[in-house]
Amino acid sequence: MDILTLISSAFIMIGSLSIIVGLIGVYRMPDFYTRLHAASIIDTLGTILILFGLIIYHGLTLISLKLLLILIFILITTPTAAHALAKSALHGNLKPTIGDDRS
Amino acid sequence: MSKYDIFFHKISLIISLAVLWVMLSGHYTSLQLFLGFLSVLIVAIISSRMNLIIFDQPILQLYFIKFIPYWFWLVVQVLKSNIDVCKRILNPKLPINPQLIMVKASQVSNLAKVIYANSITLTPGTISIDLDGSNIEVHSLSNKGANGLKAGDMDRKITSAEANPYV
Amino acid sequence: MFEIPTFIILFAMFLALVSAIIGSTIYDKILAVNIFGTITVLFIALFGFLNKRPDFLDIALVYALINFISTIAILKFFEYGDISKGSTKKEEADI
Repeated sequence: MDILTLISSAFIMIGSLSIIVGLIGVYRMPDFYTRLHAASIIDTLGTILILFGLIIYHGLTLISLKLLLILIFILITTPTAAHALAKSALHGNLKPTIGDDRS
Repeated sequence: MSKYDIFFHKISLIISLAVLWVMLSGHYTSLQLFLGFLSVLIVAIISSRMNLIIFDQPILQLYFIKFIPYWFWLVVQVLKSNIDVCKRILNPKLPINPQLIMVKASQVSNLAKVIYANSITLTPGTISIDLDGSNIEVHSLSNKGANGLKAGDMDRKITSAEANPYV
Repeated sequence: MFEIPTFIILFAMFLALVSAIIGSTIYDKILAVNIFGTITVLFIALFGFLNKRPDFLDIALVYALINFISTIAILKFFEYGDISKGSTKKEEADI
């Protein structure tokens, strides 16, 4: 197995594990706003690692440009969706829990 | 605003749509190139009739170039704070301290403020909830993220990138 | 090399669906569906490479578009009670 394939499979593996970590966060976090933070791990780390691993695997062609387009698109739209969710939850009188210091 | 400015906006829209079509298509016979150009023209005409082109903003495609050094810095920050939040999630005690803070945005244009707010949301551990004038309300997961935002590193980088006179 | 990550992502999709079902408020459910959409985009991309047919990427791109628009549309419906109604000028300014 050549070295680029090894690197890209490592990227994809870590990316899919980070998605599981983000979902564990979604299940463990106490309220909605903290769940949003866990969800943004999936949107950033998972997508960056998996799509970047696929780009490395495939090399520089039109396909990898398309993958880069998907990556940029997801990185622009998911914070917008998260902001819209948080804002409409705040307008819908869902109060965040503040200062629950367990550290 | 001059007539030349409107023309320049429309031309840049057509060029970027054509580049997008070429990237997505992958077939380059003359008939398909003709049909693609026709669809680009139709989309450009419809979006200018729907007033989707915002003429009093700078051209987005050129504005993007200003921020290229900033994007690379942002990716590094995102990876760093991802590792921090992952550690907090996998810690059995769940060491979080959720809080609401106000952050001041020192950018001039609305577009740069939106870029700042979206960068805050993109970084795990901080989410911008409300943007009012030049104050951004931020929900932060931990003291570390809140202190990092209050230090104002990201704010200064975007302001200096916005003021870059060469692009 | 793509088989194990594909199965992990399938399991993650299952977990996201379960959290959409057991979510307590409406916003939790919308968030879970949004996560499900993002994971599905990654799943379609990986599945295309698994079958050696990267044409699947077009479907992934369209799915990313639909995921974003549906989230915004559902949020707008719950905030204003109507999708077709235009928001006021002030609301437009701060989205």
